[in-house]
Amino acid sequence: MASTTVQTGIDLQGLVKTFRTPHGPVRAVRGVDIAIAPGETVALLGPNGAGKSTTIDLLLGLAEPDAGSVTLFGGTPADAIASGRVGAMLQTGGLLRDLTVRELVSMMAALYPRPLGVDEVLDLTGLQATAAQRTEKLSGGQAQRVRFACALVSNPDLLVLDEPTVAMDVEGRHAFWATMREFASRGTTIVFATHYLEEADDFADRAVLMARGRVVADGPTTEIKARVGSRTIRATLPDAPDAALLALPGVASAERRGASVTLRCGDSDAAIRALLSAFPAASDIEISGAGLEEAFLELTGGEDDEDVAA
Amino acid sequence: MSAVAYTRYELLRAFRNKRFFLFSLAFPLALYFLTAGPNKNDHDLQGTGLSAPLYFMVSMASWGTMTSMLGTGARIAGERQVGWNRQLRISPLSAVAYLRAKVAISYLMAGLSIILLYAAGTILGVRLPASEWLEMTGLILVGLVPFAALGIFLGHKLNVDSVGPFIGGGTALLALLSGTWFPLAETGFLHDVAQYLPSYWLVQANRVALGGTSWGARGWLVVAAWSVVLIALAARAYRADTGRA
Repeated sequence: MASTTVQTGIDLQGLVKTFRTPHGPVRAVRGVDIAIAPGETVALLGPNGAGKSTTIDLLLGLAEPDAGSVTLFGGTPADAIASGRVGAMLQTGGLLRDLTVRELVSMMAALYPRPLGVDEVLDLTGLQATAAQRTEKLSGGQAQRVRFACALVSNPDLLVLDEPTVAMDVEGRHAFWATMREFASRGTTIVFATHYLEEADDFADRAVLMARGRVVADGPTTEIKARVGSRTIRATLPDAPDAALLALPGVASAERRGASVTLRCGDSDAAIRALLSAFPAASDIEISGAGLEEAFLELTGGEDDEDVAA
Repeated sequence: MSAVAYTRYELLRAFRNKRFFLFSLAFPLALYFLTAGPNKNDHDLQGTGLSAPLYFMVSMASWGTMTSMLGTGARIAGERQVGWNRQLRISPLSAVAYLRAKVAISYLMAGLSIILLYAAGTILGVRLPASEWLEMTGLILVGLVPFAALGIFLGHKLNVDSVGPFIGGGTALLALLSGTWFPLAETGFLHDVAQYLPSYWLVQANRVALGGTSWGARGWLVVAAWSVVLIALAARAYRADTGRA
């Protein structure tokens, strides 16, 4: 199927990976098919434990699949890595100690056949000011930027990022994605894992939703967002009949706990306008995006994965 | 080219590591002066036919170089703890180039340790013909092969908390069993056990000063056997070690 059209990109077919643990086998990945064309930016989106990191390990050849195959640019992951076409920022990763930031980035640059300039990358990642510092003396956010610099300096055809912003504050996150946007414009294929819907929405062309080791949705981010992007309005509203709340435009379900009501909305903008005009007494209003975890449970319909996989 | 650059940065890191200077250079050197200094006029240490300064020069060199070799294991364990081995595996640096760099640094550090102790030995009156200095050095370098492999094996098997005590305790025990602190009797249980340890043969490199064959067939066989086994174990540990820490 799709694999024949993207032979020059990335093709994951029928991937299965089970880990043995003291608590019994953990089936981290249970049949994942993903095809990515060169130049695409794809988000692997899912809650913790969805199998994103394992999928990335399989993609990079850091783990061997129990079943299925991985093809990168028409060859094996090892081939692509040996020819320096892959750069990655892994989730669990510290920095090599006893080197300065500049030395570490220079060392990584020296390992690749077509690296970017070290100064260019230090500029791009905002590390010029810390370039002379030893890596073991950096803050968490700075260290994360150095790891990013190490991935960028390889000037890869495929850039893989596993939860790249997880240790960053809001400001760092914005700076990170601004840098990434600049980098993506060079035509690099980018795959990143995240559990933030906003990151997938803002940055990726396409999102692959994973839950419990499977792909549960795969499509343009706008489409995915519409599917999981329901919002919740919470308000204190003691004397509104539930039926009237449910009848408001944009409201999919209404729940009451004492004086507090929770409205799940397909269109929260319409719902909040209607709510305020119908019930001006509503107070303590909160609007929040549905957690991904919740959204996934809805998407997968709580199906019993064990039975399906067996 | 990338392999050369990697080795260069590894070297830079090794020289910035204070623990190496303490355990592989300063300790053996200080102990050398403490043990050999007071006996520097003893020209036949406990019937070995070797002077005390020569005997302890080689035994401290064997201890220091053993520590250098296994210290590479501690550094690998530290790199694994922060996931750096995984980062390197997704770079074009080949496994061979990586392992070669690690072994090269180990040997360079061991070389420093040897030079320093030879210098100290000369200060305490050790005099040998050039050919015997060379032969002795050659035997030590060959005798370190099993330890180079053991360092890589331990680095990829142990975590950063256990590797230090393991190496410290292991080298102390091996040193004790191998005649590092005092010459072993030529017969008896301890001697029988020691003959099967690669560290014993490191210390036995001092026998070049007695003329004749210093290791004999048994020495070469023991060192070769340990080398083969430990290199195989190290290769297996390295290959298996790709998971997340």
